[in-house]
Amino acid sequence: MIAHLPILQVVIPLLAAPLCMVVRIPRLAWTIALLASSGAFAISLLLLQTVLETGTVSYLLGGWPSPWGIEYRIDQLNAYVLLLVTSLGTIVLFSAPTSLGQELPADRHPLFCTAYLLCLAGLLGVTATGDVFNLFVFLELSSLSSYTLIALGSDRRALTAAYRYLIMGTIGATFILIGIGLMYMTTGTLNMYDLAQRLPEMSQPRTLLTAFAFFVTGVCLKLALFPLHQWLPNAYAHAPSVVTAFLAATATKVAIYVLVRFVYSIFGTEFSFSTMPLQTIFLIAALLGIFICSVSAIYQSNVKHIFAYSSVAQIGYMILAFSFGTATGLIAMLLHLFNHALMKGALFLAVGAVIYRVGSSQLQDFSGMGRHMPWTMAAIVAAGLSLIGVPLSVGFVSKWYLVVAALEQDMWPIAVLVLLGSLLAIAYVWRLVEVAYYQQADNAHVDVQEAPISLLIPIWTLVAANVYFGIDTRLTVGVSEMATRALFGAGP
Amino acid sequence: MWMTELPPFVPFYVGALLALLTRGRVRGLVMVAIPILGAAHLWMTPEAVYWQLQFFDYELMPYRVDKLSLMFGYVFHIAAFISIVYALHVRDTVQQVAGMLYAGSALGAVFAGDLLTLFVFWEMLATSSVFLIWARRTDRSYLSGLRYLIIQVLSGVILLVGSLMYLEETNSLVFGDIGLQGVHGWLIFLAFGIKCAFPALHNWLTDAYPEATPTGTVFLSAFTTKVAVYALARGYAGTELLVYIGAVMTCFPIFFAVIANDLRRVLAYSMINQLGFMVCGIGIGTALAINGAVSHAFNDIIFKGLLVMSMGSVLHMTGKIKGSELGGLYKTMPKTTLLCLVGAASISAFPLFSGFVSKSMVMAAALENDYHWIWLMLLFASAGVFHHAGIKIPFFAFFARDSGIRTSDPPLNMLLAMAIAAILCMTIGIYPQVLYQLLPDQTDYNPYDATHVLTQTQLLFFSALAFVFLNLRGLYPPELKSVNLDVEWFYRRLIPQLAGAFFAAIWRVDSLLRAAFLGRLAWLSSFLTKHHGPGQLISADRPTAGMVAWVMVLLASYLILSFIA
Repeated sequence: MIAHLPILQVVIPLLAAPLCMVVRIPRLAWTIALLASSGAFAISLLLLQTVLETGTVSYLLGGWPSPWGIEYRIDQLNAYVLLLVTSLGTIVLFSAPTSLGQELPADRHPLFCTAYLLCLAGLLGVTATGDVFNLFVFLELSSLSSYTLIALGSDRRALTAAYRYLIMGTIGATFILIGIGLMYMTTGTLNMYDLAQRLPEMSQPRTLLTAFAFFVTGVCLKLALFPLHQWLPNAYAHAPSVVTAFLAATATKVAIYVLVRFVYSIFGTEFSFSTMPLQTIFLIAALLGIFICSVSAIYQSNVKHIFAYSSVAQIGYMILAFSFGTATGLIAMLLHLFNHALMKGALFLAVGAVIYRVGSSQLQDFSGMGRHMPWTMAAIVAAGLSLIGVPLSVGFVSKWYLVVAALEQDMWPIAVLVLLGSLLAIAYVWRLVEVAYYQQADNAHVDVQEAPISLLIPIWTLVAANVYFGIDTRLTVGVSEMATRALFGAGP
Repeated sequence: MWMTELPPFVPFYVGALLALLTRGRVRGLVMVAIPILGAAHLWMTPEAVYWQLQFFDYELMPYRVDKLSLMFGYVFHIAAFISIVYALHVRDTVQQVAGMLYAGSALGAVFAGDLLTLFVFWEMLATSSVFLIWARRTDRSYLSGLRYLIIQVLSGVILLVGSLMYLEETNSLVFGDIGLQGVHGWLIFLAFGIKCAFPALHNWLTDAYPEATPTGTVFLSAFTTKVAVYALARGYAGTELLVYIGAVMTCFPIFFAVIANDLRRVLAYSMINQLGFMVCGIGIGTALAINGAVSHAFNDIIFKGLLVMSMGSVLHMTGKIKGSELGGLYKTMPKTTLLCLVGAASISAFPLFSGFVSKSMVMAAALENDYHWIWLMLLFASAGVFHHAGIKIPFFAFFARDSGIRTSDPPLNMLLAMAIAAILCMTIGIYPQVLYQLLPDQTDYNPYDATHVLTQTQLLFFSALAFVFLNLRGLYPPELKSVNLDVEWFYRRLIPQLAGAFFAAIWRVDSLLRAAFLGRLAWLSSFLTKHHGPGQLISADRPTAGMVAWVMVLLASYLILSFIA
């Protein structure tokens, strides 16, 4: 049983998905989904523990030896991301029946559960696998199910948003496939470990460069790097609230994981940062993304748009840390990966709670909610402070490592820009605070009550995590450092 | 044992906290107990460095005990005890807490072994003591307290800058001999000088002390300036400049003291005069002189405290403190009168009173080191002290023409505090060895030889004669309700007027710059709104073709950049 953990991680949600479709009873379907997702969460915990104790776990699918069969390789990096995805997936799912109650007819709930589990299985598969083609398959699985999830939004604009995401996502997937195909063409292998061994010996740099360019462009689309982020704001804004919280916390993070995996484990830092102009392009795109999208966030009138643009800006921070190409930079990136998931999970769930009561995500409809929904708004403020990077919150931890990484490279103008970016975060969080606490509620919303407890519990769990991991950084920093050390040690 | 490692300021800070939380008798008991316990603890503490810690790369010594700091430590405990007893009847939490914090900070400062710790307590002294001034709760005291705070904090800031430069220069923060070398030496000197009320830097003292509450002034008179004397004795012993500064300090306040009407202001000027003797002694720098300066600080805290307390009692009982409004109080306040006379005798250095045994050391040191002119100035100042502090204060308050005020002696706790101080004054005057054995340097000095006693007695009698003569002939400056201008006129009138014109010009330029900047800001804001608002250029819902175009741009830049690299 223990030996099969790497595959169970993916298989449990994958098999539970059609089951939800079959039972058709909303409550039961949700229970199944929750059980599957909690099971995956438990497995990810076990996996992390195993990896920390015994090192990398390799699982051969169907017993086929590794270059020919499909191999699942779990090291510190995957285990860390798996834990992130399953934990956020489970916590968000807790609030699904209540939150969805307003946005989706009850008979569609089993469909939602199916799509949700498929998406979860896809994301977990991408993270766990050690085979590049398998990775592509799971990426498509998670993407297709996420288009469905977005299209479930009550607003008709959700359909356009899902369609636009579909087009862009498919282009991204195609680019990734082209990249993988070119790699297969030159090396004749699809196993990541094997690829890493063979790539340096290859004598066709042009093909490799092209493979890399296609692959990275495709991943950048998936992770919504500026200026390829344009599908994201509307997809987040019009999807059901739980879906937004889930995707914002996990989907882009897994894409970033894919980037790290390919750059560090397969191509190697030497190739990625010296032969390829990754540093220049990422640095520029990240900085532009941070500033342009933060400013855009300030000017949005829809709260979900505000935080969607903020997500693109925050991805900018991660890519900025990544672009340094140093160990400290990678640690900063991995920390922000985890921490940003906690912040945005809490924020989008809390925004969802307000939408549940008010029925709109327009900024103006949040007026006076500081008094009507004190717990929900307090959660938004707490997570917002974390987003800004106030000490004692996770945001501070990741900003700190980011600034340290920048200073280590003597790039102090970058450190200054990072801090300026935090000021922009204050501006857009403050707009929400000002409306919610300093304005009277609209006449239509004077009898709005606090959100139900079933929504508050997941929200505050995430807020508590924001504070806890801001103070006790042993898990996050510890695992990030170990993963970084492994990646830098293993790189060719 | 851990007890010996407890720095003396800790009990006082704890006491401040307890004073905040308790009321009535319990508070009184706690507050009286703390200086007694603290003093007993300090008495058993041998000299050593007890507490060292690493701050970045520098050794800090927040608690260091040697003879010099012990001397001040003892007298601060005595002063705190007397002041607390004197203030026992006060029901004002602000004053009680501020008083405890203030006394604790003074102790922290004299036991600080490094400049950074000294700075912390230096600022604590300023911020805690200002509440004793504000506690009077009048507009005058509020403004006066603000001026006091600004100057004190300024002194702290100068000290910090000086310390950092000292650190830069010597790579150490240890508070030992500093001397006037380099900018850092001068800066720290200036910081100490402000707190020590050097001439032209003294106005905060004569401005603020008379405005504090009756009990607050007792606290104030004991600590701030004596901490500065301690700091000078440690950092600048033997700096010749101090001899001249000290001599000037002894002489110039006499003229102001003679014409001042507010009797507590008279005391404030006389405090500067007494500080002058100490500064002078520190400047001479020989073992005898330093001993004299330190023991004079010790005595001054007690006898000046006694005088301030007696004036405080008058203010407390009658609500008046102007010399022109008082008089004839000896009939109704006999005990206060008697105690005040003991204080007056001590400050005037009558033989058998405490001022005599310490002041004569400084004078003797001046003669031994051939500062003849300085000796003459000190002699003149001694006569002056007797004149304004020894005669003027008791005369105008308790005798003179009867003002018709009928009152009674102050409450028991005030009388008790004054009595303790008076007994100490006389004990030290009669058995100077009690004091001498505490001194930092070994001494076999004997104040009671014929020359000293005769000189001092002659001086006192001729001074008294002058007062009687002038008074009888009607030549003595009458006690008038008037405002006397001091050097503070320069910075409270002249400099603001000059600066006003200067700043007006700056502000014109500044407002132009601001307008230009605000214009740019408005332009930026409208630019951003135009491009970033919902549905605008940056955040428009672009058709997928547009998005794909960006994908191509990114892919192309990867390929081109990697191919040309």
